[in-house]
Amino acid sequence: MKNILTSSIAMLVILLGFTGCNNGNQSGGKSGALSNNIAEKVYVAPGEYDSHYAFISGGYSGNITVYGLPSGRMFKEIPVFSQFATSGYGYSEETKPMLNTSHGFVPWGDSHHPDISQSKGELDGRWVFINENNTPRIARISLTTFETEEIIEVPNSAGNHSSSFVTENTEYVVAGTRFSVPIPQRDMPIKDYKGNFQGALSFISVAPETGNMDIKFQVLMPGFNYDLSHPGRGKSHGWFFFTTYNTEEASTLLEVNASQNDKDFIAAVNWKKIEEYVNNGGGKMMPANYAHNLYDEHTHTATSTIKKEVRVVNPIDVPGAVYFIPTPKSPHGCDVDPSGEYIVGNGKLSANLTVHSFTKMLDAIEKEKFAGEAYGIPILNFEDVLAGVVEQPGLGPLHTEFDGKGNAYTTFFISSEVVKWKIGTWEVIDRKPTYYSVGHLTIPGGNSGKPQGKYMFAMNKITKDRYLPTGPEMEHSAQLYDISGDKMELLLDFPTHGEPHYAAAMEASIIKEQSQKIYKLADNKHPYAAKSDADTKVVRDGNEVHIYMTTIRSHFSPDNIEGVKVGDKVYFHVTNLEQDFDVPHGFAVLGQNNSELLIMPGQTKSSVWEPKQVGVWPFYCTDFCSALHQEMQGYIRVSAADSDVPIKWSLGEDIE
Amino acid sequence: MKKASIIMIIGSLLLLGLFKFPLWNIMLGAPQYPDPLGMNIHIDGIKGVSEFDLQNIDGLNHYIGMKTIPKAEEMWEFSVFPKVILGMALLGVIIGLLGYLNKVSYKYFLGWFVLMSVLGILGMYDFNNWLADYGGNLDPHAIIKVTNPDGSPMSYKPPLIGFKKLLNFDVTSLPHTGGYLMFIGMSFTLIAFWLGRKTSVKKIT
Repeated sequence: MKNILTSSIAMLVILLGFTGCNNGNQSGGKSGALSNNIAEKVYVAPGEYDSHYAFISGGYSGNITVYGLPSGRMFKEIPVFSQFATSGYGYSEETKPMLNTSHGFVPWGDSHHPDISQSKGELDGRWVFINENNTPRIARISLTTFETEEIIEVPNSAGNHSSSFVTENTEYVVAGTRFSVPIPQRDMPIKDYKGNFQGALSFISVAPETGNMDIKFQVLMPGFNYDLSHPGRGKSHGWFFFTTYNTEEASTLLEVNASQNDKDFIAAVNWKKIEEYVNNGGGKMMPANYAHNLYDEHTHTATSTIKKEVRVVNPIDVPGAVYFIPTPKSPHGCDVDPSGEYIVGNGKLSANLTVHSFTKMLDAIEKEKFAGEAYGIPILNFEDVLAGVVEQPGLGPLHTEFDGKGNAYTTFFISSEVVKWKIGTWEVIDRKPTYYSVGHLTIPGGNSGKPQGKYMFAMNKITKDRYLPTGPEMEHSAQLYDISGDKMELLLDFPTHGEPHYAAAMEASIIKEQSQKIYKLADNKHPYAAKSDADTKVVRDGNEVHIYMTTIRSHFSPDNIEGVKVGDKVYFHVTNLEQDFDVPHGFAVLGQNNSELLIMPGQTKSSVWEPKQVGVWPFYCTDFCSALHQEMQGYIRVSAADSDVPIKWSLGEDIE
Repeated sequence: MKKASIIMIIGSLLLLGLFKFPLWNIMLGAPQYPDPLGMNIHIDGIKGVSEFDLQNIDGLNHYIGMKTIPKAEEMWEFSVFPKVILGMALLGVIIGLLGYLNKVSYKYFLGWFVLMSVLGILGMYDFNNWLADYGGNLDPHAIIKVTNPDGSPMSYKPPLIGFKKLLNFDVTSLPHTGGYLMFIGMSFTLIAFWLGRKTSVKKIT
């Protein structure tokens, strides 16, 4: 009897095991990892490279993370709007100016939408731009050095959300305000919002050679919330489209009060027309206060300039430049297909997806078929511009990308899925669940005229149950899909850092080839650089002490320093003499109220140390650099404020 | 004899390739150097294969107490070698021309070849001596000291030709374009000798 029981239990366990497997295969459909070698599709063998770079926004980390596809491996975190102790960005004397604003030093930012520069509508891999939402800024990151080279603050703007998308020749990067505010800023009752607040849409020009940014003009729009935007391309090149919400102009409890109108607007802005107007002297200069921060690769130093005026344009002064297209219902994403014909307005409270036609829009404008106007801006008829509707594709549509093969992919936040539909027929072709609550999605090149539609990844807000738990907080999860076939295929889950809002991705070839390996020491124009051990010295200037220091495997020059006093301001200017790829040296000194420095080959970085206690304090290299890394150290002697110990230093001999 | 003389001239002129291309090349690869470091030995000095290779080789070599790679002015060879090569090329061309005008016999071609071979062997001997000094004459305060099983200090002499493992580095030493051009040039002079002899024997019979 006992045996029978045991064997029955054993049978049951085996059956359960089998059914378990079967269930797994059924629920996963074709996605069972073992059934069709999905693992192989994301496996990048040791020593081999991923085929794509992905630049994923870090959201509240203020940074960008660089990933490889299809492996989902993170390669680097690029500090942009936040201090970054790993490298000393925002802590070193050279990079502190990068985080300067009209509000002073802002050590954090909320980065949202990266976009890669384009030439003739194709990604060219020169720069990636990203917006900062909280203290409105736009940054330009070099895809040669993978360093933030420029940050421009955007005045008259608040909640820089509908950014930072570039036009098809990177003529402009746009910075649209999410929150309308009093322009110019002033003390006034918030309840008087309606009719008094305005929204600035900033067109920031990008110099073709250097990438240097400059606010060419701002369009001062009615006081709606400008949520997301996209440039026209191809036939609609010259236009920019912005979704709006709160066309109600409510100022309190927006959850309810901004969700009353059945339709909000997509603002269609003919920037070429406004550019022409501005080039002919149109618009007016308005007092403003904003920082323009520029990093020079040769001095390894950033400078911050406060600018005092900005050119603003009232849209009604440029007839034919701006129109409103009614779009249901509190649209979020605003996405233009690769041909430039279709503008998808993802009404996040709408059951349907609304697609507008650029051709129909022009036609309606030409025939002056307007439904009315808002603050002097013509409103087009919804039906006149409508290209089609994707009927009941899911709940809570947010963002759409395109594969270049006539298909669109839309994320649905509430129903946690990506839905593939066909442009033109508006029929749903496929849908795949995401885990969970998907925000943006990215197809490499999906934001250009030439998508590279092999992969798509969705960036999810909720991660629970996908990875080993890490306490209440988990990193957000991204999911990679193969979209080369008719049906999407889930390939991989991978964690992302911060909150990945949007990402820009492209084939690796161009970026990989141009990636810089070292900074040439000969080109180092840093004023405090020591380009050889012979240049090293310690100089007192009042209560400032400047230490010109070099690092090379495995020593500092000088390695012993005396004559520093309590109350001094000690600048360590450290130059890494290496000219070898991937050999940085670190620098840290005990008790520093700052961060370490991580100095790349050929680079100079400076850190300030203000000793508060007498003693002999060590400094050392923080990046394991060689067999003798542990020996890479030195001492700095701190004497009492009134002592008369002279400045002295040494390398290899005792201080006399 | 005319054909032989022309080949003799061409062969001698091929030596001039050494003024453009390196004679020899030494590559050093290691796990942390997937792109190997390399030095090209020209007749007038040593150059890195990539811009900073010499600096990086010196940086690594300081651990084992090696001297830095010599600059051109630090070795007499780099001022003498170009003169020798130029002289031999000129001599070869002159012999070839004289042969063409039937002023000298084909035997001079062999004479040139033998002289060039002797000089070449002397050059190789000198080069090998330098490598031995470079790899074996180490700073007594070297950070890393490795001894052979018999207790003698390890030599880091790169191979004169071929492959050798030196600690973590795979060292490959081979002739380079200039060297190959020189060898081809020298074989041309041998062919010129053989052709000259053949035509001369024909004339006699």
